[in-house]
Amino acid sequence: MKKLNLLATILFTTLLYVSCSKDDDPSSLPDPVNEEEVITTLTATLVPAGQGTTIILKSQDLDGDGPNAPVVTVSGNLSAGVSYNGTIELLNEMENPPEPITEEVEEEDLDHQFFYTVGSGLDATTSYENYDSAGNPLGTEFTLVAGTASSGGLTFTLRHEPKKPNEGIDDAGGETDIEVTFNLTIE
Amino acid sequence: MRTHVFAVLLMSSFPSFSQNCDFTLTGIITDLHDGSVLEGATLIVAGSERDVVTDFEGKFIITNLCNDIYSIQVSHPYCLTKGFRVRVTGDTFKSFKLEHHLEELNEITIDGKITNKQSKTLQESNIVQEELERFSSKTLGDALNSLSGVSSLNTGNTVVKPMINGLHSSRVVIINNGARMEDQEWGAEHAPNIDINAVNRLTLVKGAGALQYSGDAMGGVIIVESSKATIKDSLYGKTLVAANSNGKGSLVTSNLTKSYESGWFANFQGSLKRSGDSETPDYVLSNTGENQHNLSVKVGLNRFDYGMNFYYSLFKNEIGILRASHLGSTQDLFRAIQSDLPLVTEDFTYDLSAPKQNVSHQLARLVVFKRVGHGKLSLQYDYQRNDRLEFDIRRGSDKGKASLDLQLQTHRVLLDFDSNLSNNVGLKTGIMGSYQKNYAANTGVRRLIPDYKKYDFGIYAVSDYQLNSNWLFEVGARYDFTHMDVYKFYRTSFWELRNYDVNFPNVVIEELVNQVLTRPQFNYRNTSATFGATYDFGEDYKLFFNYSLASRTPNPSELFSEGLHHSAARVEYGDLGFNSEVGHKLTVTLERINENFSFSINPFINTISDFILIEPVGINNSIRGTFPVWEYRQTNAHFLGIDFNASYVFSDHMSFNNRSSLVKGYDRFRDKPLINMPPVNTMNEIVYYNSKLKNLRLAVQSEYIFRQNKYPDTNFEIYIPQTETIELVDVSTPPDAYHLFNFNSSIDFDFSEKSKLSLGFGISNLFNISYRNYLNRLRFYADDLGRNFLLNIKYNY
Repeated sequence: MKKLNLLATILFTTLLYVSCSKDDDPSSLPDPVNEEEVITTLTATLVPAGQGTTIILKSQDLDGDGPNAPVVTVSGNLSAGVSYNGTIELLNEMENPPEPITEEVEEEDLDHQFFYTVGSGLDATTSYENYDSAGNPLGTEFTLVAGTASSGGLTFTLRHEPKKPNEGIDDAGGETDIEVTFNLTIE
Repeated sequence: MRTHVFAVLLMSSFPSFSQNCDFTLTGIITDLHDGSVLEGATLIVAGSERDVVTDFEGKFIITNLCNDIYSIQVSHPYCLTKGFRVRVTGDTFKSFKLEHHLEELNEITIDGKITNKQSKTLQESNIVQEELERFSSKTLGDALNSLSGVSSLNTGNTVVKPMINGLHSSRVVIINNGARMEDQEWGAEHAPNIDINAVNRLTLVKGAGALQYSGDAMGGVIIVESSKATIKDSLYGKTLVAANSNGKGSLVTSNLTKSYESGWFANFQGSLKRSGDSETPDYVLSNTGENQHNLSVKVGLNRFDYGMNFYYSLFKNEIGILRASHLGSTQDLFRAIQSDLPLVTEDFTYDLSAPKQNVSHQLARLVVFKRVGHGKLSLQYDYQRNDRLEFDIRRGSDKGKASLDLQLQTHRVLLDFDSNLSNNVGLKTGIMGSYQKNYAANTGVRRLIPDYKKYDFGIYAVSDYQLNSNWLFEVGARYDFTHMDVYKFYRTSFWELRNYDVNFPNVVIEELVNQVLTRPQFNYRNTSATFGATYDFGEDYKLFFNYSLASRTPNPSELFSEGLHHSAARVEYGDLGFNSEVGHKLTVTLERINENFSFSINPFINTISDFILIEPVGINNSIRGTFPVWEYRQTNAHFLGIDFNASYVFSDHMSFNNRSSLVKGYDRFRDKPLINMPPVNTMNEIVYYNSKLKNLRLAVQSEYIFRQNKYPDTNFEIYIPQTETIELVDVSTPPDAYHLFNFNSSIDFDFSEKSKLSLGFGISNLFNISYRNYLNRLRFYADDLGRNFLLNIKYNY
């Protein structure tokens, strides 16, 4: 019985010691999590090849996957017959200062691809202007040629780990990182 | 040993004075463990050479005794001989208890009804070692699934979560070697962190009646026990090696026990398991492998009137989650549901990559007990630490970093007293205190479960009364108090959307740019109770009746979920305003146990007010596209069902078994069926067994799972910009019924008196059928497992 008591005491003490000594300071508050991989903002800048106004397409979702919907703005109308050089910039504005995400996407170019979908009604064509290290489209840079006066949606979709090469968004697979539609007017 | 005891008894007995010596001592001798009466026990009155033997009811009469103190030696073929001192004053009644353990090792493998019943008025189901070994390369959930009334909520084939009469997660309490498992059981994709190969016996109580463990087991209690050591000088063990074709898996598990006549024992057990990607009949299920390492140690002293027991176990599991189930948005979900094939299939591999889970669970438990009067007093301390890492597919510098990193620690102290107040009244009572702490590390992904501290205190008493040989009554009550102290960041947009800024203004302690840090502190007071009766018809039949009141505190995920659950690609919202669930369950069981035809039929009705459930409610727009929103809500729920078991023995070698269960769940507020209720299922099995032919056992099993026709319609519509169409996302239609056949066989070879080799061979999904299971969370993305050949070799020594 003595042996038992001794053993019990030792075990108890050890357990209590092990379990309590590793405890963090109970008064410490948890640090806030600033989501690192969230993309809050997509800005597509369309610079006309010749003269004309630069058009800015922007979708901003400052609460990430929170309940608020993204705010989508288009700075103006496109001009018929004009070719635009487009660049896409991605930001995480939850972090301060905002974290640029475009470079990460370009570094992991084999795992990413942008797709541009021109909605019915809009007379425009798009083409890729940059490629990954294997020569397949990446698409953070593109050309948009505005056709005749019309209006409709232009959708940018960024897929993570798509099948590459692919024949377009229908067989690309992968996961959707971004999907934004801008309603454009060509005049 | 026996002569030794006798000698002591002889020395300690004194000659009696001459006086009135015509009193009688009557009494009963029972088994200390299960209270069964011991027939054929011999009582010898020291110093008198008189001996009597107990009758078939365990009763004895010793006549012509004086008012004096006598020493009586009681012996029985299956028990250690024991001496008692008895004071005779007039005609005296005395009951003795013997410890029934010399043959315990054998009995465990025969049937094992030697442990205490957990609840005397709820029917219990058991799975003993022999059956468990057939599941050695599967999971605890798969083994439990073989009991009627138990189904499982799966995430693929490696995460198998038991579901009892339609209830799961926090409503199913698992007691692992005396300690209540605290392994983040709230998550639907969290399986119990227990190695099936460390389990010797599983007991299922379908209801909350086992109040000594908890008052919140709305669904039921699962009691997991490892093997007990014999009380004799011995060294024994077993090693089991298994392999299976589907997933090219292998397993090795070993168990070694050293025991001493003095009561000391030590047991070591370990297992290693590995498997690669599983396959359906048509394709590879990429990233569904598993790596498991487990270890357990038990050391103790088991004496008649005191003892101690120390148990430690480590469970480490790395589980791949089907690659094709990792989605980015509702549009991806729609594509996955539309496609017959998983969106990602690669060649077979053992490698695991994201999405995956990496879980380790440690449990240490120390219990000391002492026999006090007619009771047993035990003091227990247990400590558990659960480390859970979940990996999602991430980008940039976070690649390979866990998205979820939780550490849950629990300390618990229990003091229990289990006694016989008199020959026919038993009492179990105890108090419990526990402290739990969750720590969520910063992973760059918002915390799904916040940091919290939880304090619990519980007190209970359960008493049973054996009125006569037919009737037994049981009544019990329990009170639990819970205090939660939580630190949680909320998104400001959500905090305001939910009106929490109006309803919970005092909990905010810090406001950041788009988040608020809050400190909710909640108290919950829960009462639970049970009342039941058992009627024993005497011949074969027994009727159980039980009513249980259960109350459950909402778990952290129900209260605090807020945000994107990445691996599930869904936004989950809890509610700070939830109160405790309260359930009333009424069950009746008619049981017949007979050599030829046995059955049990068990209807039940369970009404739960403020039942917490999660279901899809709509979609949420973000820059990534849309996400389905799953919201927890409270309703009044109603469960009705019946479980049925039967076995019929045709001849010495052939028998037939059936097991069926049906459960219907309704949402009383919305007047519609509840989500994720198990479909009706029936299992039929023909077994050939021949003990003269090396215990050859052959079994063919048919499992028919009906289609679930009662389900809520939670489908929603989304706009697909690429096709400019509006599409219906069908997340509610259950898959079709399916019929599986399984084959199982085993044979034993005796090498020597002490060593035995057993060979087992089985095939599951014999006809390689393609099917999807309504209760598998991955059913949207891929089929279930195809044919699987299993082989195992066991060596006992």
